[in-house]
Amino acid sequence: MRGTAVEKDAEIAVPRTDSDRASVAGEDLVLDPGGVMVWPEQEVLVVADLHLEKGSAHAERRIFLPPYDTAATLAVLARAVMRYAPRAVICLGDSFHDRRAESRLCDADRESILALQAGRDWFWVSGNHDPVAPAALGGRACDELAIGPFTFRHEPRNEPAHGEIAGHLHPAGKVRRRGRSVRRRCFATDGTRLVMPAFGAYTGGLNVLDEAWQNVFSGRRFTAHLLGEDRVYPILGRHLLRD
Amino acid sequence: MTLQSDLTAEARDLLPPRFQDWFLSRGWMPRPHQIDLLRKARDGRPVLLIAPTGAGKTLAGFLPSLVDLAARGRRRPGTAAPGLHTLYVSPLKALAVDIARNLEAPISEMGLPITIETRTGDTSAHKRQRQKIAPPDILMTTPEQVALLIASREADRLFGNLKTVIFDELHALVTSKRGDLLSLGLARLRRLSPDLRTIGLSATVAEPDALRAWLVPQNAGADRPGANDLPMADRVTAPAGSDPNIRILTSDERIPWSGHSARYALGEVYEAIKAHRTTLVFVNTRSQAEMIFQSLWRINEDGLPIALHHGSLDVAQRRRVEAAMVDNALRAVVCTSTLDLGIDWGDVDLVVHVGAPKGASRLAQRIGRSNHRFDEPSQAILVPANRFEVMECQAALDANYLHAQDTPPIRAGALDVLAQHVLGMAVAAPFEEDALYAEIIAAYPYRTLDRTTFDQVLSFVATGGYALKTYERYAKIRKTVDGTWRISHPTIAQQYRLNIGTIVEAPMLKVRLVGRNRPGPIRGGRILGQMEEYFVETMAPGDTFLFAGEVVRFETIQETEVIVTRSNDTEPRIPSYMGGKFPLSTYLADRVRGMLADPAEWAKLPAQVAEWLQIQRLRSVLPGPHELLVETFPRGSRYYLVAYPFEGRLAHQTLGMLLTRRLERARARPIGFVATDYAIAVWGLSDLSLRFRQKSPAIDDLFSEDMLGDDLEAWLDESFLLKRTFRYCALIAGLIEKRHPGKEKTGRQMTVSSDLIYDVLRQHEPDHVLLQATRADAGSGLLDIHRLGEMLSRISGRIVHKDLDTISPLAVPIMLEIGKEPVFGEAGDAILAEAADDLIEEAMGAGHGG
Repeated sequence: MRGTAVEKDAEIAVPRTDSDRASVAGEDLVLDPGGVMVWPEQEVLVVADLHLEKGSAHAERRIFLPPYDTAATLAVLARAVMRYAPRAVICLGDSFHDRRAESRLCDADRESILALQAGRDWFWVSGNHDPVAPAALGGRACDELAIGPFTFRHEPRNEPAHGEIAGHLHPAGKVRRRGRSVRRRCFATDGTRLVMPAFGAYTGGLNVLDEAWQNVFSGRRFTAHLLGEDRVYPILGRHLLRD
Repeated sequence: MTLQSDLTAEARDLLPPRFQDWFLSRGWMPRPHQIDLLRKARDGRPVLLIAPTGAGKTLAGFLPSLVDLAARGRRRPGTAAPGLHTLYVSPLKALAVDIARNLEAPISEMGLPITIETRTGDTSAHKRQRQKIAPPDILMTTPEQVALLIASREADRLFGNLKTVIFDELHALVTSKRGDLLSLGLARLRRLSPDLRTIGLSATVAEPDALRAWLVPQNAGADRPGANDLPMADRVTAPAGSDPNIRILTSDERIPWSGHSARYALGEVYEAIKAHRTTLVFVNTRSQAEMIFQSLWRINEDGLPIALHHGSLDVAQRRRVEAAMVDNALRAVVCTSTLDLGIDWGDVDLVVHVGAPKGASRLAQRIGRSNHRFDEPSQAILVPANRFEVMECQAALDANYLHAQDTPPIRAGALDVLAQHVLGMAVAAPFEEDALYAEIIAAYPYRTLDRTTFDQVLSFVATGGYALKTYERYAKIRKTVDGTWRISHPTIAQQYRLNIGTIVEAPMLKVRLVGRNRPGPIRGGRILGQMEEYFVETMAPGDTFLFAGEVVRFETIQETEVIVTRSNDTEPRIPSYMGGKFPLSTYLADRVRGMLADPAEWAKLPAQVAEWLQIQRLRSVLPGPHELLVETFPRGSRYYLVAYPFEGRLAHQTLGMLLTRRLERARARPIGFVATDYAIAVWGLSDLSLRFRQKSPAIDDLFSEDMLGDDLEAWLDESFLLKRTFRYCALIAGLIEKRHPGKEKTGRQMTVSSDLIYDVLRQHEPDHVLLQATRADAGSGLLDIHRLGEMLSRISGRIVHKDLDTISPLAVPIMLEIGKEPVFGEAGDAILAEAADDLIEEAMGAGHGG
C-alpha cells in the first residue's frame, strides 16, 4: 500500500538531496529558511507579505504592540538581500499592512528600504492590504509580473495556475512525531506553482490544510517546505496535520 | 441546656441580648475567638483570625458586622441608602453563595434588619445594576467583582460608608496574582472609606505575619517605600481541633515502582468507601481523577453512588454533584483541588488522599474536609501511588503531627497586575500620579515598589511604554492640563471591563460528545466539559483519552469545539493531560531526603520500601541529607545519568533543559530527559561515566551554579514556557486582549501571536516592563528557577557520583517513567528533520517490499 502511494506522489513531489531547493514549473528555485525565495538563473529574490507597520496599525486601535516590527522585518530582509545580492527583488503584495502604513514609517525604516533598493530593480506587486503603491519610495508598482514561465501575483488563483508564484495565504504546516507537534511557516508547492510564506515579523500562518486552500492544490498533492532554524524541511501534504 | 449565667462577663458585655438569646436557644456557647473578634471590633482593630476548618470561623468574622448593623436599626423609608456596610470577599464564587446562605439563618432567626446579597460573574446584569444603586448591607463577592466595582462611577457612593471588609481563605488568595489585584483593590477601598477595618480569615499558615501585614496599610508617612517596620493586624488564633486520625494505606499488593495510578490499592479504597457514610477521594491531577473514577466504577459491585468533580467538567455537571453532596446523596466523590477550599459539603466522614499530598499544609486542609463537627478527630487515609510517594506520605504524616506548615510565601506584587489596576483607576476617575503611587505602595505586595518602576508601568498603560515613542497620539490615558490622568476615550472603560481579572486559563475548547458515523455537519450531542487547547493540539484524529469518566475518541475540531465519540477502547491511548500538578513542597522534600539518609527512619515504612532502600545501599549508595546523588550507567545502546535532587517537577524540568544544553556543548550527545518530583534522568549516545572520569565535563562543572547565568538566559530566550508566561502577562497587563465585545476568540486566532510579539520585544527592548514581569513569574512559576538556584548552591561540593554497571534500585522508578511522561529535548527542528527523513525514506523505496 505504501509503495503505491509513493509512486502516485512521486511525479509531483520529488525530494532532493539538497532540501533547500525545489523545482517549480521546470525552474530550479532556492527556498531560504528565512522565508525568501531565490530564482538563481535570473538572480531574482522574492518575498511575500511583509506587512510593514502592522504594529502601528494596531496602535490606532489602542493595542500597543512593540513598535519594532518594521525594523525587525527589514533587518531580516536585508540579511537575505546581502547574502544573495539579487539583481531584482519582487515584493509579492501586502508589503504594507494598510493604506496609511507608508505615512507611519519612521525615517530610519524608510532609509533602510531605500538602501535595499539601491542598485537593483524593485517591484511592489499590489496586494489586498496595499492596493496602491507607495508614493515616496523607489521601486515599480504592478498588479502582476510575468517573467519567463512565472507569473508573480499576490493572491493565488482558485484554479490550476501553472507557473504562479503567490503569497497572501500565509502558509503554515504542522507535523507530529513522538507526541510532540511542531508548527512552522512554510513554502507550499505542487511543482507547478508556489505559495510563499508570510515574511513580516507580526504575520502568523494559516494551516495549509485549511479550507481556504482547497482550490489551490488538488487534495494533499503538494509538498510543504517548513522553515527550520537553518534549513527548510520538505514534508508531503499527506503527512501534515490539521490544527 | 445553656443558661445566660454560663456566659462570660465579657460575652454578656459584647453580645447584645438578642444575640445572647440566639446562642442560648441553639444550645451554643460563643467561642472565645468569636468574642475576641467582637472586642477587636469594638476597639477598631484590624484582625487576622487563624482557625482550622469547622471552628466557626465564618460566624466569628461576621458577628461584629451583625452586631453593629443590628444596633443601627431599620432604615426609615424615604431616607438615602447608606451604602455597603460590609464587603465579604472569597476566592470561590460557590463559597460566597454558600456563606450567604449560611448567614441567612441567624439573621432571620434573630429577626435582624440586615440585607445580604451575592455578586459574582453569574449575577444577572439587572441585579448588578440595581446593587450599585441600592446596595445591600452586606455584599458577598469575588476579587474580580471588587476590581469592577472600584472602577465604576458609583464607587464613591457604594463604598463611602464601608465599615468592614472580610477576606475569607486569605491564605489561598494572597499567593496568586488575584491576591495582588485584591490588595490594590483594598488600597483603593481604604481611600474611599478611610476608617474601614479588615478581618482576614485563614487556615494555619507558615508565615502569619505576612498575612497580618497584608491586612493593613503599609508605608504610611514613610519617605521611601519599605523604609518602616511592617505594621500588622492583630492576631486571634482559634484552638486547633483534635489531631486527625491519619494512616497510610497498607496494602497486601505490591507497591508499584512508579506511576500515579494507585490502581493496586483501589480494592482497599473501595472497601473504605463502603465502611463510611461519605468519602472524599482527593487526587492531584484531573487525569488521575478520571482514571480513579473509572477504576472505582469497574469494581463498584454494590453500585454505590460515586461521583466525579474536577475543573474541566461542565459547570452544570459540577453543580449537580455539589447539590448531591449537600443532600448526602453520594457515598464518594473523586475530586481535585476544586474542592479544596472551605465549602461545607455535607456529612463527609472520611478523606482518602490518592497520591502524595505534595505539601503538609495542603494535606491538613484537605483532611479538614472530613467531619465538620469540630470536636471529633478527622479520619483520613493516604494512598501512595509509588515507592517514593510512600516516603512523601510518611513525611507529610509526620509533619501533620508536628503541625508543621509549608504554605508558600507571598511574592512581590506582579507588574502586569499593577498595569491592569492603573488603567482601572483611570476608568474610575481622573487620578494624580503621586497620589496613586502613595496609594499603591500602601498595598502589602507593592510596599517596596520603586517610583521608577511605577512610572514605567504608567507609561506602559498610556502608550505601551516603549523607548521608541511613536504611539503618543493613540494614548489610552493622558495627562491633562489640570495634572490628572484620564482615559482618552469612553470605549477604553468598556474594554477594561471585558479584560479584567488575573485568571488566565490556557485557551479552552469545549468537548462535545456526538453519535458515531453521522454524515454531514456535526450537530447536537452533549457538552462534557472543556480542555486546554494545547493538549488538543497534541492529538490526531482517532486518539482516545479519558474525559468526564469515559473513554472518548478524538474526531475533529469544529470551530471552538473538540468533537469526540464514544470509544470501545478499555485503555485510552493518550494517558494523561497536565493541569493541577503541584510540585513537591520544599519542606516535604527536605523530610524525604532526611528519611532516605537515616536507616532508623525506615522502620516506619512498609517492608517492601525499606527493603528497596537496603538494596540500594548495597548496590549503589544512599546520599546524606545535604548531598546530591548522581548515578551513571549504560542500558541498551544508551548511557543514562540519574540525579535525585527532590526539588519538584518544575525545578527538575528546568534543570533537565540546562543539563542537556551543557552536555550538548560538551559533545556528550544527549537525546532527552524526563523529570519527576524526585529525580531526573538524562540519556544520550556517549558514555557519561567515562566522560566524568575524564573530566569532560567534570561532574561538578556540569552541576555548577553558573548554569543559571548564560545557559539559562540562552535557553529562556527560546523556551516555550517563557513564551507562555509572557502571553499570560501580556493578557493581564492588557497588551493583548482577552476578548473583544461581540467576538470571542480562541488563543490561536488572536490577531498577532504573542510569540511573535515576544520575539520582537526581546530583541529590541529586553528591559521592557512586561519582560520584567515575565521573568519574575518564571522565577517562581513554571520554571521554578529560585528553587533550582537554592538547590545548586546547597549541593555545591557535595555531589556523590556513582559509576554503575547497571541500573540501581533507586533509579528504577524514573526509568519506568520514560515513555509515560513527556520527554523533553531540543525538539523543534529535530522533529522536523525526522518528519522530513520519513519522506526521503519513503520516496527512496524503504517502503517497497521491506
